[in-house]
Amino acid sequence: MLRIVVCVKAVPDPKEAGRIRIDPVSRALVRADLPLVLNPLDKNAMEAALELKEQFDAHLSVLSMGPPPAESVVTECLALGADQGYLLSDRALAGADAYATAYTLAKGIEKIGPADLVLCGRASSDGSTEWVGPELATLLDIPIVTMVKEIVECTGEWWKVKASLDNGYRVVRVKLPAVLTVTRELNIPRTLSFSGIIQARRKQITQWGIDDLDVPEEAVGLKGSPTIVSEMTTRESKRDVEMISGTREEMAERLIQELADAGFLSSS
Amino acid sequence: MIDFSFSEEQEMLKQASREFAESKITPKVPEMEETGKVSDDIVKALGEAEMMALTIPEEYGGLGLGYTARLIALEEIARVSVATAMMLQVFALGIEPIILFGTEEQKEKYLPGLATGDRLATVAVTEPGGGSDPGSCRTSYYRDGDDYVISGRKCFITNSHIADTLTVLAKDGESDDPRALATFIVEGGMAGFRPTHEEHKVGMRGCNTGELVFEECRVPKENLLGQDGKGMRVAMSAIGMVGRGGMVGCALGLHTACLEASLKFASERILYGKPISVLQTIQNKLAEMKIELDAGRLLGYRAASMQDQGMRADNEFAVAKHFTTEAAQKAAKMAVDIHGGYGCMDEFAVTRYYRDAAVLGPSAGTSDIMKVIVARWILKPYRK
Ligand SMILES: Cc1cc2nc3c(=O)[nH]c(=O)nc-3n(C[C@H](O)[C@H](O)[C@H](O)COP(=O)(O)OP(=O)(O)OC[C@H]3O[C@@H](n4cnc5c(N)ncnc54)[C@H](O)[C@@H]3O)c2cc1C
Repeated sequence: MLRIVVCVKAVPDPKEAGRIRIDPVSRALVRADLPLVLNPLDKNAMEAALELKEQFDAHLSVLSMGPPPAESVVTECLALGADQGYLLSDRALAGADAYATAYTLAKGIEKIGPADLVLCGRASSDGSTEWVGPELATLLDIPIVTMVKEIVECTGEWWKVKASLDNGYRVVRVKLPAVLTVTRELNIPRTLSFSGIIQARRKQITQWGIDDLDVPEEAVGLKGSPTIVSEMTTRESKRDVEMISGTREEMAERLIQELADAGFLSSS
Repeated sequence: MIDFSFSEEQEMLKQASREFAESKITPKVPEMEETGKVSDDIVKALGEAEMMALTIPEEYGGLGLGYTARLIALEEIARVSVATAMMLQVFALGIEPIILFGTEEQKEKYLPGLATGDRLATVAVTEPGGGSDPGSCRTSYYRDGDDYVISGRKCFITNSHIADTLTVLAKDGESDDPRALATFIVEGGMAGFRPTHEEHKVGMRGCNTGELVFEECRVPKENLLGQDGKGMRVAMSAIGMVGRGGMVGCALGLHTACLEASLKFASERILYGKPISVLQTIQNKLAEMKIELDAGRLLGYRAASMQDQGMRADNEFAVAKHFTTEAAQKAAKMAVDIHGGYGCMDEFAVTRYYRDAAVLGPSAGTSDIMKVIVARWILKPYRK
């Protein structure tokens, strides 16, 4: 049986991104009253896992690190079709950077038991470091392919995937167990179904704190985070309006010129 | 303590309904507005999304999620298309009499197909002689061997031309007692039954409303629903809770859409160098819309939660139906007003909301009738 773990994160609803503030002192994102949702790219990771589960005899676990309200996204994954949920939640885990997060998730995966495949979104919509996947693979000491946009072959030990590059893609063979981080192009995530929601009633979420994971307090959360955010600023987005007048031809000419000058039209 | 928040599961049902509505229904709205016809794709999608299965018990292929869940789903669907919500609400209204009064055989025969959307339901009570007075029913039946034979006309029936499983109210033609009514399950294709005229409504375009004709339509005695002579009880049990509750869902969804459109427009429309949302008159309208929406939600979910607990809630639904449909009509007017001239232009959804709001009133009983019901309810202890 293929054992899959999907790592998911509860993020402030990207639709409400305009309401996120930066604390001037701690430089942390203030997301207090924003509704938490499943990180958009994690939906693609979930979809990939669910498709594999439909294809093979697979057991699908969902793993998340977050405060207690993050349980709702784990439940959502159970309703989407995952078999078992795990939430790593503890005061000591607060303030974790990508490394401390990957460390904690790795401990969680070790405790869940051996996984053949670990799937993550390429990045989270709030932190956006793209580091957790690679650091997780390093800590688990297994290979990783980042930015997977297609799973080409998924039988046996060696899988073949297509991974995005800036101007194309590469085809990679990877030996399981492995970590894959996925992009939006991989699939169209399914939406919740009523039946799935009902089935989730019978599924369980296991919650573990640092004692359950047997990790020292210094290794996790803010204390275990080697990166320090030195500065964070909000970017102002402003619209400048300039009305163009003249004959139709003149206006078109001006418009093209302005767009070209602003770098929106390439000469090629 | 009274808990006014949705459970985690209800939040998921809401999310599932919203995702479904926005991905599957929203893209079809322009087509429905243009043709006024039911979209086959939408009917199919509603079936696939298990929308018809919500209130059907699990043992008959349904989800058994109940009436609060149904209200949540209807609200989300009406937020993008009141026409679709209306169609769906009447599917459930047509299903309810079979759940409440069907024999084991009837339930097994009809409910699984209704749950998947392979069968589509409606209830036919109203006649040209007046919907507010269902007792004046002139569609009649007589017994002939193992069959009942029905003749008459029904009007303003939702899903008239798409439903194939209809609960029809008729009067015993051989009795002088005006209360001698019965309900029958009429199936599409039965000889003597046909849908005729299709209405062109001012709003809810894409939801089908029309006339049905029964000419010596012969139905087997197995299709009698409930007891002979107790037809009014069958029809009213369904209309009183599921019918009124469904209109509450349509109204709340429409009201939400009106408020959302108004908030957006008022924040973007610049006058005197500032968004019009800084004007007190506009703020008054927005606040009023929000206050009535919240009040309507509390009334609607109170009734639905009572229904889920197996309590009688037809009077509470009458209160909620009156309040929410009237409030949605006011909200639609205010939304149009806030849009100024744009509120008269088809490119703006508020014109559709205004037209849809006009259709909310009469369905499942007019506001006057809701007041009659509420007054009868509260005066009961004082009646000598
Ligand atoms: C879009 C739509 C869908 C519908 N779908 C269905 C359906 O699926 N199945 C079905 O059976 N019916 C359906 N109906 C019919 C609906 O139930 C009736 O329209 C409604 O009951 C009113 O009946 P009427 O139109 O005959 O108006 P009338 O009963 O003629 O009423 C006319 C006026 O008199 C007022 N009035 C009547 N009685 C009283 C009273 N006692 N006190 C004070 N005022 C009173 C009414 O409020 C109204 O203002 C639908 C109607 C619409 C508009």
